[in-house]
Amino acid sequence: MIFLYLLSFLVLVPFMWMISIAFTPEEQAFGQVALIPTDPTLGNFETAWIDANIFRAMTNSAIVALTVVLSNSVIAVMAGYAFAMLPFRGSFAVFVTIISTTAIPVSVTLIPLFLMARGIPLAGGNDIFGQGGSGLLDTLAGVMLPYLVLPMNIFLARQYFSMAPTELAEAARIDGAGEWAIFARIYLPLARPLIAVVAVFSFVGVWDDFLWPLVVTNSAEAQTVQLALARFLATGNIQYGPLMAGAVLATIPVVILFLFNQRAFVSGLADGSVKG
Amino acid sequence: MSVNSVPPAATSTVAAGGARPPLPRRRWKRQHVVGMLFVLPAALYVLTFQFVPVIYGLVLSFTDYTPLRRGGPDFVGLENYAGLLTDPEYGNALLVTGRYVLTVLPITVAIALILALLVNRPFRGVGIFRSALYLPHIVSLTSVSLVWLWMYSQNGLVNEVLNLFGATDQLWLLDPESALNAASAMRIWKALGSNMVLLLAGLQSIPNELYEAGRVDGAGRWALFRYITLPGLRPMLVYVVVMDIIYLSQGFAEIFILTRGGPLGSTTTVNYLIYTEAFQYNDFGSASAMAFVLFALIIGFSVLSVRSLVGRQK
Repeated sequence: MIFLYLLSFLVLVPFMWMISIAFTPEEQAFGQVALIPTDPTLGNFETAWIDANIFRAMTNSAIVALTVVLSNSVIAVMAGYAFAMLPFRGSFAVFVTIISTTAIPVSVTLIPLFLMARGIPLAGGNDIFGQGGSGLLDTLAGVMLPYLVLPMNIFLARQYFSMAPTELAEAARIDGAGEWAIFARIYLPLARPLIAVVAVFSFVGVWDDFLWPLVVTNSAEAQTVQLALARFLATGNIQYGPLMAGAVLATIPVVILFLFNQRAFVSGLADGSVKG
Repeated sequence: MSVNSVPPAATSTVAAGGARPPLPRRRWKRQHVVGMLFVLPAALYVLTFQFVPVIYGLVLSFTDYTPLRRGGPDFVGLENYAGLLTDPEYGNALLVTGRYVLTVLPITVAIALILALLVNRPFRGVGIFRSALYLPHIVSLTSVSLVWLWMYSQNGLVNEVLNLFGATDQLWLLDPESALNAASAMRIWKALGSNMVLLLAGLQSIPNELYEAGRVDGAGRWALFRYITLPGLRPMLVYVVVMDIIYLSQGFAEIFILTRGGPLGSTTTVNYLIYTEAFQYNDFGSASAMAFVLFALIIGFSVLSVRSLVGRQK
């Protein structure tokens, strides 16, 4: 029991200091920092806001993450629904093939995806063959490109709908309802817990992502919040105060999501995911 | 990105719950087509942005290609792979990555298992402990790495605490001896929560009747753990270990923030090397070869660990 108390405390210690440094005046942040700042300030947040472009970056991250949530809630959920409720010849093989892609390391697809984003036809000054321009590089569309359909969400949706009752669909079919109406009007509204899991996982995954946005963007206009932090760190001397203020801001959305959706987090994780 | 995989408990329900009773013949054909139409957008997307890149990457790994030149890639056969064999940097990156995984994984899994056992009992406020321990998992690697960067700095928390015990200040991330261990310590802290939650789910899937039967037979606490908990937990344990191998061997963001691969390459993981090779030295061909060797090694070690963990059962 003591072990549990001690470890929970140790796990939270870095967060305590993250918050305290965020409110500590910059000139004190290099000495020994008190857990409760003696003269708290909002100056670090101002610096993060102005010098690190954190607001613009958070807006970018929000646009990317919400688009990914939306497209997954429709396209991935629809596919998972079909795998469970409307199986066709070979559908299980297709499903397994899709899910197997989750084991591919990021670095394997990183370079090809970069070249594909650059070569999207008619985007960013490209001609119809995808030549001549920068394609989707350094755009928000480029950042969201690999994540609009996440195989994991197809898996979660199939899991969910294979436990859903079939009677509703059968009754609706007898009443002459089309398959699309059965999905969109009956099963989708009932699948709110599933949508919560899909939304939480897609949002947090994309919001916290680092390597792909690092590769695909280079301007402040298109960078995500994690990149804004990393790039602010790379400019000259390390300023812990504004960095922690930025880290606090970058963390608030996921913590709020977590507090309101703890069940979705835990069941989604237990249903099929873990990330370092 | 949390590119996830499928846990053992879940796959068994797939098999069980997946098959639907056969549909009436008249309806069958139409639903068959509709089902395919429902799957089509997702399947095309996964094909385009998962399978095509893997093939594309494999092709690139046999070429000499720099993105700055607009000409196509030049085929060079196995040259990139042959080059890796004698590349001391790549060898070093593999060793660093291996050390990183082998440091973080056993410690994380061991502590997470103890924690899972502790929070598996009902007591007041257990939810708070579960949430607190889970918190590092949801916060981005970038943000937590920034905090740990401060903690490891000259006047940071680590030195301050050690000073209380009379130790002198040390620059943890600037010493080749300690930098990788410092990064590992952070990653252990970060990975505890998700491992704990998964192992907890594994514990809760063990039927209570087994424990009752064991107690009736007079088994002690250790015997219950040894002969009921551990075997029952094995499928989830295998899953946790394999997932940890996959994720830890791809360490990147924490290295980028904490050390930039330094000092003296002592924290240059394979993914960090691939990133610099591709996007600083613009050598896409050789970076692709590095990625595929890593891919092969991850698969190899995952299969090995599954074999050894499952094999022990028999």
